[in-house]
Amino acid sequence: MSFLSHLISGVSLGSIYAIIALGYTMVYGIAKMLNFAHGDVIMVGAYACFFIVSRYGMSPLLGVLLSVAVCTLLGILIERLAYKPLRAAPSLAVLITAIGISYLLQNSAQLLWTSNPKVFTSVVGAGSLKFAGGRLSISVTAIVTIVICAVIMLALTWFTGKTKMGKAMRACSEDKGAAQLMGINVNFTISMTFAIGSALAAIAGVLLCSAYPTLMPTTGSMPGIKAFTAAVFGGIGSIPGALLGGTLLGIIEIFGKAYISTQLSDAIVFAVLIIVLLVKPTGLLGTRIQEKV
Amino acid sequence: MRTTQKRNTWFTYALVIAAFAITQGFVQSGNITSTLKGQLVPICAYVVMAVSLNLTVGVLGELSLGHAGFMSVGAFSGVVACMSLADAIPSEPIRLVVGIVIGAVCAGLAGVLVGIPVLRLNGDYLAIVTLAFGEIIKNLINCLSVGVDARGLHFSFLSNASALNLGEGGKIIINGPMGISGIPKLSTFTAGFILILVTLFIVMNLVNSRAGRAIMALRDNRIAAESVGIPITKYKLMAFVTSAALAGAAGTLYALNFSTIVASKFNFNTSILILVYVVLGGLGNIWGSVVAATVLTILPEMLRGFNDYRMLLYAIVLILVMLATNNVRIRNTFHTLRGRFKKTSKEGASDEQ
Amino acid sequence: MSSNTRLVPVPATNFIPERDIDKQPILEARNLGIDFGGLTAVDAFNFAVSPTEIAGLIGPNGAGKTTIFNLLSKVYRPTRGTILLEGRDTLDMTTVQANRAGIARTFQNIRLFNNLTVEDNIKLGLHNHIKYGMISGILRLPNYWTEEKAARERVPELLNIFNMEFMSQYRAGALPYGAQRRLEIVRALATGPKVLLLDEPAAGMNPSETAELMENIVKVRDTFQIAIILIEHDMNLVMGICEGICVLNFGKVIAKGTPEEIQNNPAVIEAYLGKQKEVGSNAESN
Repeated sequence: MSFLSHLISGVSLGSIYAIIALGYTMVYGIAKMLNFAHGDVIMVGAYACFFIVSRYGMSPLLGVLLSVAVCTLLGILIERLAYKPLRAAPSLAVLITAIGISYLLQNSAQLLWTSNPKVFTSVVGAGSLKFAGGRLSISVTAIVTIVICAVIMLALTWFTGKTKMGKAMRACSEDKGAAQLMGINVNFTISMTFAIGSALAAIAGVLLCSAYPTLMPTTGSMPGIKAFTAAVFGGIGSIPGALLGGTLLGIIEIFGKAYISTQLSDAIVFAVLIIVLLVKPTGLLGTRIQEKV
Repeated sequence: MRTTQKRNTWFTYALVIAAFAITQGFVQSGNITSTLKGQLVPICAYVVMAVSLNLTVGVLGELSLGHAGFMSVGAFSGVVACMSLADAIPSEPIRLVVGIVIGAVCAGLAGVLVGIPVLRLNGDYLAIVTLAFGEIIKNLINCLSVGVDARGLHFSFLSNASALNLGEGGKIIINGPMGISGIPKLSTFTAGFILILVTLFIVMNLVNSRAGRAIMALRDNRIAAESVGIPITKYKLMAFVTSAALAGAAGTLYALNFSTIVASKFNFNTSILILVYVVLGGLGNIWGSVVAATVLTILPEMLRGFNDYRMLLYAIVLILVMLATNNVRIRNTFHTLRGRFKKTSKEGASDEQ
Repeated sequence: MSSNTRLVPVPATNFIPERDIDKQPILEARNLGIDFGGLTAVDAFNFAVSPTEIAGLIGPNGAGKTTIFNLLSKVYRPTRGTILLEGRDTLDMTTVQANRAGIARTFQNIRLFNNLTVEDNIKLGLHNHIKYGMISGILRLPNYWTEEKAARERVPELLNIFNMEFMSQYRAGALPYGAQRRLEIVRALATGPKVLLLDEPAAGMNPSETAELMENIVKVRDTFQIAIILIEHDMNLVMGICEGICVLNFGKVIAKGTPEEIQNNPAVIEAYLGKQKEVGSNAESN
């Protein structure tokens, strides 16, 4: 039974990683940049929800919606002010800028809300469901997380595959120049991608803090790195890859903690990543791009 | 260009020596704040880190996000060496040199281990794997305990220091996640300065030689490099391992400046910090790395007056610098200025030949 | 010779210039073929080049010419067949080893070391002829100085082929297009090849530059006594300097022979101009 409960908490943690990884993957796919500030958007989303629900006593649903709105605006703002001017710059310059944004968000959060950890109350309630005569207990948060992740996944697959905007996104990620010539507003499309990625980050932030209720200005960084790893693991740029990578990463992490060593769980996660990349250099579901000679 | 290259090389040495002389002057006359004085050895270590990372990122052209991992290996192995050789080598400077060499060798070996698999990958995938290795190294050192007694070094992994089975008079050196405490302060500003000079000598001479050309060729065009008979893995590994070994030396220097050191100090953020120095100093620009590492280590101290806002300001400065240096209009102005300057200096240069 | 016989795979004997008549071919492809996941890019390719021959590889776009270069220079591993360099099988060689064994090449889309100077580009071509290691380089041991001096003296000699000595300190990426193409040839020559593969050397050049290039290719062959295989769409160049020509279409050899033979070959005319009615049409040069 403990195996099953570990598995479920693994899938649940993995779902959070997957939602964050989606943001990384979509932004990478379209802007070809590693958005290291993404993890800190998660943190902002969690704080927004925390204040709306705990301080102003509004309903959790409203809290989630408002925090999604805050993060969406934040994402668009960051893209406009920091990344858009660097569209033609070398990728390292953009990377450093993203790191600058990450510092900026973390330090602003520290100034505004201090580095004292806040105790986040789960937006879905702390109850748990008991199965098999009480031997298997699954928290409601875990179930809700998994369900939300599945819903997001289906919605995004539909969005990128069927809608005009989604097709524009795929076109931009293939070839921005050609997309522009076909009359696609590339800047708007990139902004939209950041908006969606950041909205997902807000949801991930709320879910993350519902499962692990300590909220600090640095809360987002480690999950951010892990989710980035998950995105690469599944094949960066691929939406199903983010889901697969995130889920596997969550499972490996929880199993590593449970069966091998708590201290070494991160090392195990990263070791698996390295092994996967050595066997499949562009991740599990990534497409192999061969340079034409 | 050859003349520019030569001029850059001498300029870099001159810059470092002058900076050392001036700072020494301030130290001797006591005109230096104690915080800044405490920063002198770390600055030297960061300069070495930045120059060595520039070899990987600027010269080889591969993004590494785990450079702090090699610093960590160097720090821990170097300190273990220094502490266990305390009786064998009474002279402190010699012990420091031995420690730095051991730190460099261990980090270099780690570089080989990491490099062989990593360098088969390219671009962002290589970057993420270096990040992963950095985290793994941090994690492993966190689980490591080392002690020394009359019979030699004892290691234990994943259990606490009592599992070391130390004999009479034995002492614990690395105590798991608590790291090392009671480190002798062997590092001095002069030692740091010498290490910088050695690093510059190695990196700049390497770059301006057959091997360095091959490394830069890989950066510019991998396929063309292969077509003229340059083995990719060999030179990638050469750059990567040299870079790792120098980072190890910097790690030892850094650790021997503090009384305690923990593995979590050398995390992803430290790697990023070094990367920021390299990018702001200019990819492949060695003296740029030196200046950027120095200025950006001092900057937060200088901003101390702003108290809580200093890291915020640091972040804003970082973003603005990146936006400004990559702004097309500012760049063009800079290029025309440089073009004008070059024209005037070229007339002088042609006389020399 | 009846044209029909040329439609079947032709044996590996090509046109052999008189001076090479008693020598064995320097480079030989036997029944070479490569598939890219189901798609056969090159098939049953038989070809031989004599030690000082200038050979041409022509055919419509997508015929598999560059793929053959990639096979010969070991960028790709063939699915079938063998490549013999001086009678030695190159099956297990890498690109690097193939270069050391004597195959050098240029690329269709120029591949220079753009951030390095012209001089450094050529020194990289000389890489395997400069004999000192990493340690000598760092410590500036005596062999560093002697070897670097030798290399530095060799650079203008090589640049002299195209009269480019004055460019030696220019950044390769900043050179005009034609000079970049020429530099790529010089860099390939610096590696000391026995066979030089030129992938569309005249692409993007104007007629006078092309004429100069033709002279220079012949000059290179005469000076270095090497074999040159070139891919080119400029028929004036191909017909003007190639001694043997091989025509490809859809990955298969459709004709081989001297320029005169190729110009009058109906299969070649068909490949380039499409099937024609039985009207007397002359050979079309481009």
